[in-house]
Amino acid sequence: MGTSSITEIGQKPVPPSEKLRRAKRQALLAPGLTGPALKQAFVMLRPEIQWKNPVMFVVEIGAFLTLLFVIQAALGHSASIVPITYFIALDVWLWLTVLFANFATALAEARGKAQAESLRRTRRETVARRLRGNAIEEISSTELKVGDLIAVEAGQVIPGDGEIVEGIASVDESAITGESAPVIRESGGDRSGVTGGTKVLSDRIVVRITAGAGESFLDRMIGLVEGAIRQRTPNEIALTLVLSAFTLIFLIVVVPLWPMALNAETYMTSYLGLTQRLRSLGTDVPTLVALLVCLIPTTIGALLAAIGIAGMDRALQANIIAKSGKAVEVAGDIDIVLLDKTGTITEGNRRATQFLPVEGYTAQQVGQLAAIASAADETPEGKSIVSIFESQSEAAVRVPQGAKFIAFSASTRMSGVDLPGGRQIRKGAADAIANFVRDQGGRAPADLSPLVDGIASRGATPLVVADGAKTVGVVVLEDILKPAMKERFDRLRKMGLRTVMITGDNPLTAATIAKQAGVDDFLAQATPEAKLAYIRKEQADGKLVAMMGDGTNDAPALAQADVAMAMNAGTQAAKEAGNMVDLDSDPTKLIEVVEIGKQLLMTRGSLTTFSIANDVAKYFAIIPALFAGTLPWLKTMDIMHLHSPTSAILSAVIFNAIIIPLLIPVALKGVKYVPLGADALLRKNLLIWGLGGVIVPFIGIKLIDLVMVGMHLAA
Amino acid sequence: MWFLPVAIIVFTIIVAFPLSKYMTKIMEGKYRAPGIVRWIEERLDTGEQDWKQYTIALLVFNTALFIYGYVILSLQPWMPLNPLHRGLLSPTTIFMTAISFMTNTNLQHYSGDQHFSNFSQIFFCIANFFLSAAVGLCALTGIIRLFRGQKKIGNFFVDMWRVVVYIFLPVAFVVSLVFVQQGMPMTYRSAYQVNTLEPTAMGATDSGQAKQQTIVVGPLAAFVPQKMLGTNGGGFYGMNSAHPMENPTALTNFFTTFAMMIFPFCLVLMYGRMLGRFRHALVIFAVMLVMFIGTIVWAIGFDTLRPNPGLTAHPDARTYTIADANAPGGKRLLALPAVAGLPVDQHLGNLEGKEMRFGTSAGATFAAITVDVTCGAVNAEHDSLTPMASVSPMVGMWLNCIFGGKGVGMINMLLFLVIGIFIAGQMVGRTPEYLGRKIGGREMKLAMIALLVHPIMILMPTGIFAATTWGSGATSNPGPHGFSQMLYQFSSASANNGSAFDGLGVTYGFYNNTSPAPEAKQWDIATGLVMLFSRFLPIIAPIALAAGLGMKKVAPFGPGTLRDDTLTFAFLLGGTVIIIGALLFLPVAALGPLAEHWGPFPFGG
Repeated sequence: MGTSSITEIGQKPVPPSEKLRRAKRQALLAPGLTGPALKQAFVMLRPEIQWKNPVMFVVEIGAFLTLLFVIQAALGHSASIVPITYFIALDVWLWLTVLFANFATALAEARGKAQAESLRRTRRETVARRLRGNAIEEISSTELKVGDLIAVEAGQVIPGDGEIVEGIASVDESAITGESAPVIRESGGDRSGVTGGTKVLSDRIVVRITAGAGESFLDRMIGLVEGAIRQRTPNEIALTLVLSAFTLIFLIVVVPLWPMALNAETYMTSYLGLTQRLRSLGTDVPTLVALLVCLIPTTIGALLAAIGIAGMDRALQANIIAKSGKAVEVAGDIDIVLLDKTGTITEGNRRATQFLPVEGYTAQQVGQLAAIASAADETPEGKSIVSIFESQSEAAVRVPQGAKFIAFSASTRMSGVDLPGGRQIRKGAADAIANFVRDQGGRAPADLSPLVDGIASRGATPLVVADGAKTVGVVVLEDILKPAMKERFDRLRKMGLRTVMITGDNPLTAATIAKQAGVDDFLAQATPEAKLAYIRKEQADGKLVAMMGDGTNDAPALAQADVAMAMNAGTQAAKEAGNMVDLDSDPTKLIEVVEIGKQLLMTRGSLTTFSIANDVAKYFAIIPALFAGTLPWLKTMDIMHLHSPTSAILSAVIFNAIIIPLLIPVALKGVKYVPLGADALLRKNLLIWGLGGVIVPFIGIKLIDLVMVGMHLAA
Repeated sequence: MWFLPVAIIVFTIIVAFPLSKYMTKIMEGKYRAPGIVRWIEERLDTGEQDWKQYTIALLVFNTALFIYGYVILSLQPWMPLNPLHRGLLSPTTIFMTAISFMTNTNLQHYSGDQHFSNFSQIFFCIANFFLSAAVGLCALTGIIRLFRGQKKIGNFFVDMWRVVVYIFLPVAFVVSLVFVQQGMPMTYRSAYQVNTLEPTAMGATDSGQAKQQTIVVGPLAAFVPQKMLGTNGGGFYGMNSAHPMENPTALTNFFTTFAMMIFPFCLVLMYGRMLGRFRHALVIFAVMLVMFIGTIVWAIGFDTLRPNPGLTAHPDARTYTIADANAPGGKRLLALPAVAGLPVDQHLGNLEGKEMRFGTSAGATFAAITVDVTCGAVNAEHDSLTPMASVSPMVGMWLNCIFGGKGVGMINMLLFLVIGIFIAGQMVGRTPEYLGRKIGGREMKLAMIALLVHPIMILMPTGIFAATTWGSGATSNPGPHGFSQMLYQFSSASANNGSAFDGLGVTYGFYNNTSPAPEAKQWDIATGLVMLFSRFLPIIAPIALAAGLGMKKVAPFGPGTLRDDTLTFAFLLGGTVIIIGALLFLPVAALGPLAEHWGPFPFGG
């Protein structure tokens, strides 16, 4: 049944999951987004919106001021030495600078909004079947309250977030995760959480609603995606402050240039013996505005909001919902990653790998007996014994008719089968089997003890098999490492993170697996208290700890961790305690979160460095131009050999404007993070964005000047 | 030529290592003072202070120092040790001078030998030399302790005592012995009346008798060592360290230069020792040293290795086009004819305004060093440096962190460091951190405030004065050179440097002066206020910054952490200083020295 449902979903014309996936993989400049973003760029010119971005607000004021000069010149009252066309060109580019900045922000917002919109479409109103005693009443999903018990059957959509209190079901969560393979959700365990909008494919479950209408996970997700546009992280606030301060500093640099240029004009007028005052661009207000705009960090000022939104966006694309942008940002600073052994580092369960006989038996016999004993064993370990025996001996396990299975219990700590002939076959922990054999009147063979110890000491679990009073041999159960984990841990190590494995195993087993997997440290026999204590201890040393968890007993540790990622499949308590939720329930996602966090900071740092380094070249273009009318010998500074003073200033302004759209892709995609170690990474980025930031504008400004001359636009 | 600067730098570095160890010991309180000294120290100890109390103590102390200075100078005519009957200085000059010495600037709008009695020289100047220098050192010590995470950072008054009594006094005593041996005057006498060798040199009286020369003297060997060691730089004579009694020989010049460098050098190392981050301090030291050598090489390269452009030939006639709307065609041609050189031997470089007894490169070397360490003493006329060479001292004042003044230079460097880490340090993909502590919004706000002060205090007043007669009425040259004079004056005031470009009419003189320089009052008040703001905001804000940063949790050092003791970090730090410095001051550099250098009128001709 489950399978058929999946096929059905796949055949539907446009399932919500597809919509979501499409929304998530939008092309950078998808036409559907650029249009509204362009419109929004104009809307954002309104001062009360522009004001939120101090750097660009200054540009807007400058553009407006220049507009006044254009009008003055158009009315024929210009006192300037330059033609009105220069003013108009200048003003157009100043407005374009603001518009480019607004466009970058609007585009990032549009991408976020498009995602929110596609999420919203999946949140359709559904019928909820509320349990009232034994009766069922049908109500709208919008009327659900926390604590309501809801029955959901195969083919029905779960009406709201909740926890399964009864039953087990396979659930299609593609509306949320975009992943079409169904997942199993069941009551009681750590896989009891279900999300509104997902669909039950098989069986019937009873769900207790944990979020009222409008507070569901999907609602919150939409709110977060849209909220990312407005919420600023601490680092972003600090950077905005620095950028504002730089704007103020450059205002301080530019404003006194007016009286200083006046000083030079006065002097040259008298030096040349002129009766009328000589004028230079240094006392021309629009030109000084242009200089100011070129100097203030417009590049990063324009892209800062986009970088932040794009960071949240990237997290969402990785199917991670962060409760705040801060959580993603902090992820970049993580020092220690706590990972559960089971399901993260190793495959979910231990598997049989070897059959070791004691004196007088063969491996084949051990395997056969163990397989018979496990034939009805539904535990993964039991199943693995059967499957490995069958694949080794290429024969199916045949259990005689009338065999009686003895299930594992915590008191006996063994399981097995009683065959019709009275044969009792058992498998279990070494001491439990030893007791069983003694009770049957047998004795443990001399070579058993070293065999068991040998297996245990290499981190595997020995399972002793007995046939009545005789001990036959040992089944070796081993943890199977997930593929490519070692590489992932190496990557984490290169990123400067320490990985710690958490396991309920004894220290010996834990140490072995830790070594095999390549984690840096482990926490054995971990109880919830031990996890909490471990995190607290590391935090007391100033370290930032990331943790992934799904169970209710993980909740305290999740709440304590700096970055706590709960799995979507996990319990509500875990999801509440964490500051982000992984929709794919993939424990290795932490690596991606850390990379997204690092990328976010790197992109900000790189573009800020670039923006400020750019100013050097602009000075070399503008200073000689400002004083060409009074101190023509400053032409020596004009190492780019620009055509004329006005073309020099326009080239600088144009470069300053068009670098913004050119860098939008970098802002949205982020600067690529390579785990090289801090020093190498810094060297690399300093060269690209620092040195590059000094050199690129020299080339860019010269090119723009050449183009303007080529098109006969330069005066 | 190169021997002098190399010898000075090497010698200072060699002394700095052990001396900084001694200073660390003193500031850490790991010493046992002898009897009476300890008794006084115990009386001064008002108990451990937190950063706010420490800062308030610092400000109260400075207020007291200002009042003390103002009173001493105001009472000069009635005080002893004044046989030459020096009168009362103009009130604005007293205001400016009291601030100037309190802020460790020592910009002088008076001439020591003409306006000060020995009483003022001793009780005003020498007192301030010790105390104002110690203030900066204490501020740095406080910041270091805050960085270490201490909540209580010691007692300001005990720190002052330690610096003055255990550090400055012994070193000053040793240096003064060298100076006395070299013939520097050390006397309570105010002047000698002597007959000149050439009888008519000083003119004749009405009765035809040859006039005697008055040679002003005083306790110079006590005055000069701390003037230099405290990077004060206020001269006993108007000529400062160019005067033959303030700097008699090439050897005293060597030690004078050494004395002003030694503590700034030591403080960087002390920073590393007290924080337990010596390698990090060495990286900062190296960045400073490279810039330090750069300014010296620049000054020597453009002043000692090149002839005076005012005397050399300009064989090519040049023509410039100047846009002028009023001229026909909107353009005006400015033709500069070829100029024949003067028949002068210039192989020793530009000799105008130099004291040759110190050596050919001594003037340029001293000029660069005195601004780098914000001392402000001069042994040559900076006004007479070639225009391009004068960029070197200006850059020293603009950056204000190439070793810099007592403590404050290091503090300024920390500001650049924090800003550099915040901007470029993010490129390693972590929230920027310094000393393992995350740099947040509050820290950046304080750092930017402290950074803002310096350019505001230089550029705004220079602009105002340049456009009005306050400036043009005071400059001795028109055009770019005059602009440089104004620019230099405010740069010197804001950097708390105290050297003067000279050429500005800023001296009012005595209160009963009948013909004071017309704009002197404006200059007194403007530079006074500039010195005040530029001194204390960049001390208070970094202390608050360090207090906030110090309270944060220390993140452990890991492979993903930005390392602050590598060559890469040195480039980051140097790059930050140079790029920010260039962005702030390149326009004024172009208007002043660069325009003069490339223009047709060397030296404002």
